[in-house]
Order: sequence, then C-alpha cells, then structure tokens
Amino acid sequence: MPINKFITLESTYVPLPIENVDTDQIIPARFLKATTKDGFGDNLFADWRYNKDGSPKADFVLNKPEYKGSVLVAGKNFGSGSSREHAAWAVDGYGFKVVVSSFFADIFRNNSLNNGVLPVIISEEFLAELFAAGADNTVVVNLEEQTITNKANGKSESFDINSYKKNCLLNGFDDIDYLMNAKDEIETYERNRS
Amino acid sequence: MAGKTLFDKIWDMHEVKTIEDGPSVLYIDRHLVHEVTSPQAFAGLKARGIKVFRPQNTFATPDHNIPTINQHLPIADEISRFQVDTLTKNCEDNDVTLFGLGHPKNGVVHVVGPELGITQPGMTIVCGDSHTSTHGAFGSIAFGIGTSEVEMVLSTQCIMQPRPKTMKINIDGELEKGVSAKDLVLYVISKLTTGGGTGYFVEFAGSAIRNLSMEGRMTVCNMSIEMGARGGLIAPDEKTIEYVKGREYAPKGADWDTAVEKWKALVTDTDAEFDKVYNFDAADIEPMITYGTNPGMGVGITQTIPALDTVEEASQKTYLKSLDYMGFAPSEKMLGKKIDWIFVGSCTNGRIEDIRTFANAVKGKKKADGVTAWIVPGSHKVEDQVIAEGLKDILEEAGFELRQPGCSACLAMNDDKVPAGKYSVATSNRNFEGRQGPGSRTLLAGPLTAAACAVTGVITDPRTL
Ligand code: SF4
Repeated sequence: MPINKFITLESTYVPLPIENVDTDQIIPARFLKATTKDGFGDNLFADWRYNKDGSPKADFVLNKPEYKGSVLVAGKNFGSGSSREHAAWAVDGYGFKVVVSSFFADIFRNNSLNNGVLPVIISEEFLAELFAAGADNTVVVNLEEQTITNKANGKSESFDINSYKKNCLLNGFDDIDYLMNAKDEIETYERNRS
Repeated sequence: MAGKTLFDKIWDMHEVKTIEDGPSVLYIDRHLVHEVTSPQAFAGLKARGIKVFRPQNTFATPDHNIPTINQHLPIADEISRFQVDTLTKNCEDNDVTLFGLGHPKNGVVHVVGPELGITQPGMTIVCGDSHTSTHGAFGSIAFGIGTSEVEMVLSTQCIMQPRPKTMKINIDGELEKGVSAKDLVLYVISKLTTGGGTGYFVEFAGSAIRNLSMEGRMTVCNMSIEMGARGGLIAPDEKTIEYVKGREYAPKGADWDTAVEKWKALVTDTDAEFDKVYNFDAADIEPMITYGTNPGMGVGITQTIPALDTVEEASQKTYLKSLDYMGFAPSEKMLGKKIDWIFVGSCTNGRIEDIRTFANAVKGKKKADGVTAWIVPGSHKVEDQVIAEGLKDILEEAGFELRQPGCSACLAMNDDKVPAGKYSVATSNRNFEGRQGPGSRTLLAGPLTAAACAVTGVITDPRTL
C-alpha cells in the first residue's frame, strides 16, 4: 500500500511531557483484537484519555480544546515496549503526521516510518522549550531540509533520517514495494546459500 | 583484519544486499506468526494478489488472545474468536503450518519455537512480537517486528533493517542460591534503564551466563528488549546443542552432523570489537523485584524504593507519577508489602523449569489467604510435563490451580485480568500501567520470589523461605 507523501508541515502541536511512554499506554492491549488497521485513533492513549464510563478525562491533553494540530511532542523514550504496529496506527489514525521527542524506542520508530508518520529527534533543550511555549505555538517541519523550527523563539534544529527512508517518505514508497522489486536478487541469494 | 562478533557473523550470512545510507535487505530463516499482529499483513498480501512466499519457513500459533480455561469450547469473546479464526483461515489459504487452539503443540509462540526445534543456532528469526528476542538464547539473531514487516517477510522472506550497533554484557561469577536468571536480567535492566540498549544488539557472555540452563538463557534474552535493545543472543555451546538434539524440527542424521559443525563456529572472535561493553559481577545480584511502571524500575528485594533526590531532576515528575500509580512512595521498603495476585507464566518464565521451581518451593505449604494465583504453562508440552512430573498435584495440594497455556495475564487480552488497584507479583516481563488489566499494579519477579510471596501474602525474600 503506498503511504502518504510527506510535505513540509507547519502546525500547532499537542504536548505530552511524560517520559517513557510505552506502547501499552499508546494503545492498550485490549484494543488489539481488530483485524484491520482502522479505528485505532479513537483509542489512542485510551486509559489516560477516558474515564471508566467512556467519558473524556478533562485534564488529559487530548481533551483540552486549546491543544490541537498534527504534531505530537512527547517526553524522552517514546514508544518503548511492544512491537505492536497498532501504536503507530493509533498515532496516525488520530491524525498526527509527526512525533517529536528527544529519544524513541527502535521498533516504534521503524513502525511509524512504515506508516508515513515522521519521528523527529531533537535535543532535550529544544524539547523543553517546546513544552514551555503556549498552546498557540507552532513548529515547522521540513523533511527535505531535515529541520524543525520552534516558531515561539525562532530556533531551528536539524534531525537525522537515513536517505533511503527520507526518499520513501517524500515519494510515498514503502519497503514492501522495494522488496517485491528485489525478488530476483532474493531468489539468487537462496540458491547461493550453502 | 579485526575479528567479527557472533552477531556480525550471522548478520553477514543473511544480508541479501545493502542500500547505501539505508537499511540492509535481511533474509529470514524462520518466521513465527500469531493472531494479533498478522491479520493486517495477510490482508496486505491478499490486496496485492500474492501468497506467502516461503510457507515452509513460517509457523503459526494463536496465543495472545486465547482463554486459559475450557479451551475445548469455542472462544466466548466474539472478536477474539474472529481474530483466531482469521489466523486459521490465513494459514489454510497459504499452506502455513498452524498449531491451533487445542493442538498438542499449541502455546506461546516463543515457548513453542524452541521446544519443537524450530529455533536453531545461527538463524535469523522474526515474529510480530517484541519478545522474539527469546530465541537469541540459541545463538540466533531474533527480534520482534511490526505488522508492515510481517507483511514483508510473508511476501518476500526478507525485511529491511538498519544494522544495529553491538553491545556485550559480561556477567562473571556465581549467582547466589535463590537468585535466578530473571533476577540477573532485572538487575541488568535496572542498571542500564529501559532505554540503555536502544540501537544495540546485545551479546550476553561470561561464566554466569554459561552456567545458566537453556531455560534461564531464554529468560535473559527474552528481557533484552526491556532495556530497549533490538535483541540479545548467547553463543551456542554443548548445552544448546544438547537441547536442540532430537526435537521434532531439528536436523536429523547426516544433516545434524553438518549443522553441529557449523554451530560450533558461532562464536565471537577474540579480537572482535563491540561498540559498547558492560561488565557485572553475579555475586552482586540478589532476588529482584520491580516497584514502578517500567522494567528498569527494579531493586534488590531487601532494598528500598529509590529516594526522590537520587532521580534526575527532569525525570522526577515521571518518577512520582509512576509511584503514584503503584500506590508507593519514595524510600519505602519493599519487603512486607501486601500483595493480591500471583501470575506464573509467559514467554519469560512459563517453561517447565519455572513451574518446577515454583512447585518445589510451595510444596507442603499453603497459598496465603486472599491471594489469587494463576499458574499458566507456556505451552501444552509444558503442561503435559507438569502433569507427568507430578507437579500439578503438588500445586493443587498447596492451593494453586494450573490453567491451560497462553499469554494470559502477561498482557491481559483475554479474560485473565488483574483488577484495578490490585498488586500482582508476576513472572512476566512488563509492569507497564494497565498491562495486566486496567488499573492493575504489577511487580515483576522470578518464579522463586513469586512462590515466596504466594505463601506469605506479602513481598518476601525467597532466601528466607
Ligand atoms: S507471553 Fe507476554 S510477552 Fe510473551 S508473547 Fe505472550 S504477550 Fe508477548
């Protein structure tokens, strides 16, 4: 399935200044019974977001109307724990195109890239400044240039992404397309193995 | 030329090609599949109009979502049943070997792979589950993948992977009596933190690792993911070869001899360099227990919860939030805290050795009043052996019930949920908020500590039992 092409984005953001947010918080296991990729956005951060009776918890950031936008800014070590891609589907399904943090768990980072959600790694200082700014602040994420800018203070940082993945995101390709095209080489490898 | 690490040797053998400033195309020898992370991948294949590329290298077993009682009945939860049925249908349509619910070889995917000899040294093994790292105990590169990657392996037997850095964790010396593999790995994670291994593939080495049984080694590699590592592995030795020998899917006859020859070369060269090395002394390790909401938040059982001022200032808010969830405070003692639940099971500690340890420790004693205990074997084979060794009787006499195999309360996708606010001493691998059911509070420990807590009803040092 081709993923969405990533273009430069300016958006307000949702701050989640909690460290070590694990995949069981992003999408609790009881929501993993689906056989499609749809609908996970509604249960993103379900246990922090809803009361037992399903009503929204007023003090959780996703329920505060002043915080919106297609960027999630989270505390360090975001996405640790399970390999469930449902976490990336939930982030994507909710409408986030970019997740910003000072540190990501490996599998989550891979999974989000495979779903066209860009993980942006920034310094602790840059992160703290984003958390400190007001709800109307915006960030500009430029994938071509590999930069992120905090509009509140005008500071920019560059972020890392390997050129293969960057190319995939800019063009909307995915790994499966690549591998399907490499089938001949895969079969040659199989024949040559001792 | 400098030597190679074991990891590099196996990786290089499986690299189909590399992309400049990009990932490698890595060939996968064994793909394990379960019901939760595969349906969307099979659907992707269907949408492309293709079938599983190498079905003979793919093995499936439902485990996450299945009940652990009355497995002969249809699954009551309709959505769970549909997910399990979908796996059956996908395997049938694609000629994939399935050990379905009730099948004598069914069980938790990471218990089943090794016990059937599907897992072998030198292989690349993946599964849509982070604890695939378990199989690294055999000297293979094994790691968890997301569903997009499951789809890649199903359709091409390959995935795209950036090459991780290598780390060596050396643990020399002898473990004290009453200290298990689980304690060892919880200790290492408490030192490295849950992000300490991120970006690395770990080789565990040293005399303390060598002295572990294969079950113990699996426990250690299983939890390597909890320090953020991509996976962990241990070089194969005589114990490994002895364990694999004669298992159903292990090589036979002349193939066996050739395989063993190859496996013997699976060691890190003495002059190989790792990107990072840690050294620990086994004698420093006591039985461990976690007090917080990630596996790095563990202490020796006689210790106190770390004081607030020992935590970095930027992390203090998260630290207090975590303790608040647990109903604990900084500097409190762990010993003597009341517990409500015991869970013995999972791909971390649900193997025969674990249940044997637990049963022998509670033998002739009684489960404490007010404690609910779930003893869940990792597979049917484990269950059969528990019964054959007479452990079931011992457990029942002490007031413990043996359930049927599955992931169970490790992630509480089925009905095995610990109620909100209750304290559960669990031999599984994650103590995240809500992991064992919404609001549940999990304290990770080894099977021996679980036994000590089960008969006293409070956190108890197993060395005093
Ligand atoms: S037992 Fe737990 S960790 Fe292991 S595969 Fe099942 S859910 Fe995952």
